[in-house]
Amino acid sequence: MNGRAVEATPGELLIDVAERAGTYIPRFCYHPRMEPVGMCRMCLVEVEGPRGATLQPACYQHVNDGMVVTTDSPKAKKAQEGVLEFLLANHPLDCPVCDKGGECPLQDQTLTHGPGETRFVEEKRHYVKPIEIGPLVLLDRERCIQCARCTRFSAEVAGDTEIAFAGRGDLIEVAPSPEHPFGSVFSGNTVQICPVGALTAKPYRFAARPWDLDQVESTCTQCAVGCRVAVQSSGNRLTRVLGVDSDPVNHGWLCDKGRFTLDAVDGHEGLDDPLDPRARVTSPLVRRDGVLVEASWAEALAHAAALLSAAREDGGVGVVGGAALTNESAYAWARVAREVLRTEHVDAQYGDGLDARRMLALPGATIDDACGARVVLTLCGDPREELPVLFLRLRGALVRPGHDLVELAVGPSALHPLATVSIPVRPGEAHRVVEAILDAGRAPADLALDEDARERARRLLADGEGVVVVAGRTNLAEDPAVVERALTRLAEALPRARFLVASRRGNVRGAIDAGLAPGLRPGRALGTPGRDTLAQLAALREGAQRAVVVLGDLLGNVLDRSGAEAALERADVVVVTGHGGATLAHADVVLPAAVQHERAGTVTNLEGRVSAVVPKVVAPGAAWPDVAIAAELARALGGDLAMDSVEGAARAYESSTGYPALTVLVDATSEGRLAGSPSAPAPRRALDPMAFPGIRSAEWVGLGEPGGDVAELTPSAAPTLAAPTLADLGPAPTPAVPGRDAYGLALRVAPRLYDHGVAVTGSPALAALVGPAEARLNPGDLDRLGLDTGGRLLVRAVGREVELVVARDDEVPRGVLEVAFGALGATGDVAALADPGAVITQVKVEAR
Amino acid sequence: MAVLDAPRIVTSRLAFEDSHTLARYLATGGYEALRKALAMHPEQVAAEVDQASLLGRGGAGFPAGRKWSMLRPSEVAYLVVNGDESEPATFKDHLLVERDPHQLVEGVIIAAYALQVNRAFIYLRGEFALGLERVQAALNDAYDHGALGRDIFGSGFSLDVVVHPGAGAYICGEETALLEGLEGKRGFPRIKPPFFPAAQGLYGEPTVVNNVETMSNLPWIVLNGGAAFAALGAGRSTGTRLFALAGRVNRPGVYEVEMVKNTFRDLIYDPAFGAGVPGDRPVKAFIPGGVSAPWFGPDQLDLPLGQDEVGAQGSMLGSGSVVVLDDTTCAVRAAWRITKFFSRESCGQCTPCREGSGWIERAMYRLEHGGGRAEDLDLLLDLCDNIAPGLTWPPQQTTICVLGPSIPSSVHAAIEMFKDEFLAHVETQGCPFD
Amino acid sequence: MSHLRVDLRQRAEELVALYPRPRSAMLPLLHLVQEQDGYVSPEGIDEVAELTGTTPADVRGTASFYDMFHLEPVGRYVVGVCTNIACLLAGGEELLAHASARLDCAVGSTTDDGLFTLEETECLADCGHAPCVTVNHRYVRATTPEAFDAVIDEVRQGRREHEIPDHGTLVRVRRNGGLRVPDDVVAAERAAAKAARARRLEEAN
Ligand SMILES: Cc1cc2nc3c(=O)[nH]c(=O)nc-3n(C[C@H](O)[C@H](O)[C@H](O)COP(=O)(O)O)c2cc1C
Ligand code: SF4
Ligand code: FES
Repeated sequence: MNGRAVEATPGELLIDVAERAGTYIPRFCYHPRMEPVGMCRMCLVEVEGPRGATLQPACYQHVNDGMVVTTDSPKAKKAQEGVLEFLLANHPLDCPVCDKGGECPLQDQTLTHGPGETRFVEEKRHYVKPIEIGPLVLLDRERCIQCARCTRFSAEVAGDTEIAFAGRGDLIEVAPSPEHPFGSVFSGNTVQICPVGALTAKPYRFAARPWDLDQVESTCTQCAVGCRVAVQSSGNRLTRVLGVDSDPVNHGWLCDKGRFTLDAVDGHEGLDDPLDPRARVTSPLVRRDGVLVEASWAEALAHAAALLSAAREDGGVGVVGGAALTNESAYAWARVAREVLRTEHVDAQYGDGLDARRMLALPGATIDDACGARVVLTLCGDPREELPVLFLRLRGALVRPGHDLVELAVGPSALHPLATVSIPVRPGEAHRVVEAILDAGRAPADLALDEDARERARRLLADGEGVVVVAGRTNLAEDPAVVERALTRLAEALPRARFLVASRRGNVRGAIDAGLAPGLRPGRALGTPGRDTLAQLAALREGAQRAVVVLGDLLGNVLDRSGAEAALERADVVVVTGHGGATLAHADVVLPAAVQHERAGTVTNLEGRVSAVVPKVVAPGAAWPDVAIAAELARALGGDLAMDSVEGAARAYESSTGYPALTVLVDATSEGRLAGSPSAPAPRRALDPMAFPGIRSAEWVGLGEPGGDVAELTPSAAPTLAAPTLADLGPAPTPAVPGRDAYGLALRVAPRLYDHGVAVTGSPALAALVGPAEARLNPGDLDRLGLDTGGRLLVRAVGREVELVVARDDEVPRGVLEVAFGALGATGDVAALADPGAVITQVKVEAR
Repeated sequence: MAVLDAPRIVTSRLAFEDSHTLARYLATGGYEALRKALAMHPEQVAAEVDQASLLGRGGAGFPAGRKWSMLRPSEVAYLVVNGDESEPATFKDHLLVERDPHQLVEGVIIAAYALQVNRAFIYLRGEFALGLERVQAALNDAYDHGALGRDIFGSGFSLDVVVHPGAGAYICGEETALLEGLEGKRGFPRIKPPFFPAAQGLYGEPTVVNNVETMSNLPWIVLNGGAAFAALGAGRSTGTRLFALAGRVNRPGVYEVEMVKNTFRDLIYDPAFGAGVPGDRPVKAFIPGGVSAPWFGPDQLDLPLGQDEVGAQGSMLGSGSVVVLDDTTCAVRAAWRITKFFSRESCGQCTPCREGSGWIERAMYRLEHGGGRAEDLDLLLDLCDNIAPGLTWPPQQTTICVLGPSIPSSVHAAIEMFKDEFLAHVETQGCPFD
Repeated sequence: MSHLRVDLRQRAEELVALYPRPRSAMLPLLHLVQEQDGYVSPEGIDEVAELTGTTPADVRGTASFYDMFHLEPVGRYVVGVCTNIACLLAGGEELLAHASARLDCAVGSTTDDGLFTLEETECLADCGHAPCVTVNHRYVRATTPEAFDAVIDEVRQGRREHEIPDHGTLVRVRRNGGLRVPDDVVAAERAAAKAARARRLEEAN
C-alpha cells in the first residue's frame, strides 16, 4: 500500500486494513457494523490488476496476498475530489442552521479535501423540509447523500425495515410508508449514523451546537444490557446521548429509551409535587402531621435513624429496591442492612425477577457467547421490549448461517421470525415442556406439543455443547418457581449448556452481586436466608416487620400494587430516591438521591460485565449520591462503614471480594471487565468519527490514572469471586400448578419498553409512545369469543373486573390472555387482575 | 452487394401474420431443434453453441458458450432470459417476443437442457404488454405440447419456465439489477465481485443470464450445427445479427444482417434496409450501438458491422441499435436528450452517476436553451472525466455498473466532433437549429 | 380480510407459488394491485407486504423504483409519448406538445374527467414507428397529430376497449397452472445428470 508492505488476513476489507495501517481512506456509506454497499464511491483507490491499475472502492474489496494499492495517486485523488464535488452539487448551503454543522463528516471532508468554490451553477434540488418520518425523527431530504446507512440499519440491523429508499436516481429519498411511520424502538441510531444533517432527532433539533457540548463516556442504565454511551451536556443541561461502539456489548447501537430519556433527569423544572413521577426530589422530606415537608439533611437523617433504630429493636427492618443504584451504593446499602440495621431482609428485585441465588448458580454466558452459540434457546420475554440491544445482537447472530434458535414461546417476541423451532408455552407449563423436550418418551397430552418440533428441539440441543440459554422472567403473573425449575432441569440435563440470565432492570445484576438479595452477601457469597420483597410486604401487612427502607420506586414496579400499598400503610417507611412517585405517599422520610448522569460509580450488566458510569451534570438541589446517603444514615444509626466516597466504596468492595469495582472506576473509558473472569479487557477499537459522528474521543473523562493502591488490587492480590453452585442450593422445588380451567384463560403480564415507569413518563418525547392497554389473544381464542382486533372483552379475576380492547396476535399461545405490565385499561390497572398468591392466574372472559 | 445472401436465422417466420402461434411454428419446423437437442448429450449441445461462437446479443457481446462453461456446479442453478430491452432506439427483442415467441421458448428449453437447469425465468420489459401475453401463451402451448414441464418429449428432462414482468426501469437490463428485480427488490445493480452471475446469481445461486436474441438463435444453431453458424460472418462476429435502425433514415426498422460482411453504409443506404436519409441529406453522425456507445462520423460509414471492428475504432455494436443523425439534427440537443435519459434512469446508487448525470443534463439543457457559457465545454469534459476517468474506450469506471461510464459517451463525442456547434450555441445564446 | 378481490387474491397466491421465494412475486403482485385499484394503493401495499413477507415501507420503496407503478391515482388510460433520441429525431417533442394541448392537460397530469394521464416516456422500443405513442402500454402507432387525435377519439368513444384494457399489463397474461416440476424432481434430475456426465467423462478417458 503506497509502496509499503502491510500485513492483513486475506478476505479483510481493504478500507479496514488501510485504516489499521494508518492510512485513512475517505468514505461516507461504509459503516464498520454493516455490510458494505459501495454506493458513495468516495473510497476509490488504485488497485493493480491484470489490466493495469484501476480505480476500485476500498470499502468492499477484499485484500489478498500481494495486492498492490495506491491511495494517494493523482488519479485516486482526482476521483475522490470528483465524488465530493458531485455530492456537494445539490447539497444545500445551510450548514449554519444545520444540526450537524460542526460535527458533519461531509463538512469535514469538504474543508480538508473539497473544492474551494463551486462549479455548480444550476439550480439545486428543493424539497419541503423537514418532514416528520416518525415520532422521534425528522428528515431534511435535500441534505441526504443517499448513503443508505439509515435504510441498511433498518433492514439489516434492526430487521424491521420501517424506512426504505423510495424513488430512483437523483430523486431517491428515505421514506417510511406514510401509513406506518418510522416507529422503531431503534430509530435514533439512524440519526446518529447519518453522515450529514438529513436525519435529526426531534428532541435534540436546534437544542445545541456541537462545539458547546462537553461529554463523558458512561454506561446506560435503562436496562441490563449496559450499552456504552457518550453523554453530552451544554453547561449543566443534558443535551444528548450517543452510542459508543463497545465490541462486547452494543456495537454503537442504543434503543430510543436509553437515548431519549434525558428529560427524566433534568426536565423537572417547575414540577414540585413529590407524588408526580416526572418531578425530581430535590430536598429531604419529612412527614409532619401527615404531610411531607422539606427538611434539612440533619433533620431527615435523624428522623429516619429514630424510626429505623426503633424498628430494629422491635419487629425489624428490611430493605427493598436498589436495582437502579451503582455497585458502590448497592454495596454500601448491603452493608448498612447487615451491619447497621442488622437484617437479612434485603432484596433489590420487586418480585419481578428470578431467585438471585439460583441465577448466579447457573453456568454463565456472555452476550458474545450467545451470539457465537450453535443454538440459542430462549425462555424469556420479548428481548426487544425488555433488553432492546440484546435483541439486536442476538438477531445479528441468528440471521447468519450456522445459528439456530429454539424458542420456548411464552408470548410474542421479535425473535420469533428467526426461530428454527418454536414451541408455545403457556403459564405454569415451562418446567413440564422442558421436561418433555429433554425426555424422548411420550409427552403429556395436556401440553399439546407438536411432536416434530419437540423432536427437532431435542436434536438441536443435544448434550448442550454450543447451547446458550437466554433465560428470564417470562410472566409477572406466574410464580418464578416455574421458570426456575425449568432452568435448573436444563442445567442438569445439558451440563455443557450455558446461561445468559436476561434480568431486565438497570443494575439489578450489580445489586445482586453486591449482596442486595436475600441469602446472598457482597461478592456473590451465600449468606443467611432472608425475606424477599414480596415476603417483606406480607410481613409488613401482618405486622411481623415494622419498617422498610425503599431504594427507588416500589409502587411503580410491583405487580400487586394494592398489596404493597397496604403494607406501606402499616410500616415506617424511609424512601431513598431521585424521582417523585406514588411510593412517596407512604413515606415517613424521603432522602433525595442523585440519579443517572449525576453520579459516579460502576454498574454490572446482565452478563456480569462491570463498567463505569460517569457524572455529566450536577444533581439538583440538595440531592446526594446514594453512597453518601448510606454512609450518613449508618453514622446516624451509630455505625461507620468507613467509606465516604464512591472511590472508597469501590476500594472496600474490591479489596474484600475481588469485585473489579475500583479497577473499572479508574479506567472509565474501557470496555469494562467481566466480574469473576481473570481475562484482561480487550483493547478498545479506535473511534471512527465517520462511523459514529458526534462523539469526540478527545474529551473522555475518567477518574484518571490508576493510583498506587489500585495496583494492590490486581486480581492476584484480591480474593477471587466465586458464585454458588446448583449443588450448594439443592434441587429446585416443583411448583404446584393448579389444573387448567377449560373455560378460562391463563394470564400473562409482560413488561414493555415504553411503560409507565419514570424514564418514559418523565420524557415527553417518549411518554407519547406508550402503547394502548389491550388484551392480546390467539386468533383461535378470539374466534371462539366471536371477537376481532378492536373488540371489547370483559376480564374477571380475583374478584376484579377490567374491560379491555382486544388485539389478535398469533404469537400468543392458545388459552392465554396477555396484557402489558403497567398498562391502564378503561377500568384501572390491568395488572391488578393477577392473583398475587397463586402460581398462575386464571381469568374468565366474556365478549362485550 | 451481399446484403441479402445470408439465411434468415431468427426472422424466418416473420412474413407470416400468425408467426406467433404454435400451429405456424410447428408448420415451419418448430420444436424440431429441441427434439434433436434432447437426443444429444447436454455437453454436445453446449459444444455446438461454443463452436458457433455466438456472441451475446444483449450488449456486452460475451460469447454464450464461454458464459455457459463458467456456470458453477451447485445443487441449484437458474437460467434467466434478459428481455428488458430498454436501451434507447433498440427494438429488436420487442419484435422477437411479439412475433416469434415460440422460437424464444424453444431456445430457452435448449439452453436449459444444455446447462441442465430445471428452472428458467424470462424477464420481459413490463411495457411489452402484448409481448407478455404472447410469450405466456407460447409457454402455455409449449406445456400442452409436451415441450415444457415434466419429462419433456419423453427425454427425462424437466423444466419450468416463468415469465416475469418488469415494471419500467432501464437499469433492470443490467444483468445483476435484473436479478434484483426478479428477487422482488429495487433494481440496484450488485457490487462486483462477484463478477458473474454464473458464480453467484439469482438468490446467490449460479445463474446464466442471456439476451432474448441470443436465445432465439439456438434452434437454428442446433438444427444446422455450430459450424454452419460460424461460417457466417467473420472473425469472432459470426452468424447474423438484428440491427435496429432508427433516426434519420427512410426505412427505420429491424433488419437481420450477416455480421462483418456488411457495413454501416449498407445498413443505412441499401434499399432493402434503411434506404438512405430523407431528402438525401448528408449523415452528420451515427450512433453505432445504442446510446451508451460513442458516436461515429460519416468517415466511419464503411466500417463493417463486426464487434471487434467497431470496438477497435473506439465504440461498440452494443445493443444492436443504429441511430442516424443528419445535418438537420442539433448535436447539442441530441446529446442532451440522451443525457436526460441516463439521468432519469440512473438507479441512484453511485454518486458520480446519480449526481453527474443530473448536473451534465442541466448544463446541456442550459447550453441548448440559451444559457451557455464558453467555460461550460471544459467543465462538461471534466465532469465526464470524473465519471469515466481518462475518457478512454473501453471506459474506466468510478461506478458500480457501466451505466455510469455510458453517460459521457454522447456528450464527450458531441463536444469532440461538433465543438463549433457548441460554441455557436454559446454565441447566439440559443439553438442555431431552431 | 384481503383487499384484493377474491379472484385476484387467488391469482396473487398462484404467482407467489411460482417463485422459489415469495418476495420474487413483488413486481407481478404490484401489477395486480394496480390493475384492481388503478394505482398502487396503500391497502394494496399492505397486502403485498403480507404476501411477500416484507414491510409496507419496503414494498412502497420498491414500487417507487419502477416507472410503471403509480403511487397516486391516475387516469383510466395512461398515454405515453416518447421523446427519446429516435422519437426526438422524428418529432416526439412536437407530438408531446400536441398531445398536451389536445388533451388539455400538462405532461405528468390527468385530464379533468379522469380519463387520461399524459406521460413523457423514455424509449418504448418501437422506434421503427417513431414518434412512439402507447395507451395503457399498447402501441397505437399514432405518429402524427392527426393519428393521435383519432386514437384519442376512439378511446373516448369506447371503440378500443377490446384492445386496450384498463390499467396494467397483466390482465391478459394468464398462466395455465402452476409449476409442474416439483423440487424433489429437480434435485433428482440434477443428481442423475451429474452422475451421467461423470460417467461420460470417465468413458471418454
Ligand atoms: C445499463 C445496462 C442496460 C442493459 N440493458 C440490457 C437489455 O435491455 N437487454 C439485454 O439483453 N442486455 C442488457 N444489458 C446487458 C446485460 O447486462 C447482459 O450483459 C446481457 O443480458 C447478457 O446477455 P447476452 O450475453 O446474451 O448478451 C444491459 C447492460 C447495462 C449495463
Ligand atoms: S453506475 Fe449508475 S446505474 Fe449503475 S449502479 Fe451506479 S448509480 Fe446505478
Ligand atoms: S463506496 Fe466505499 S465508502 Fe462509500
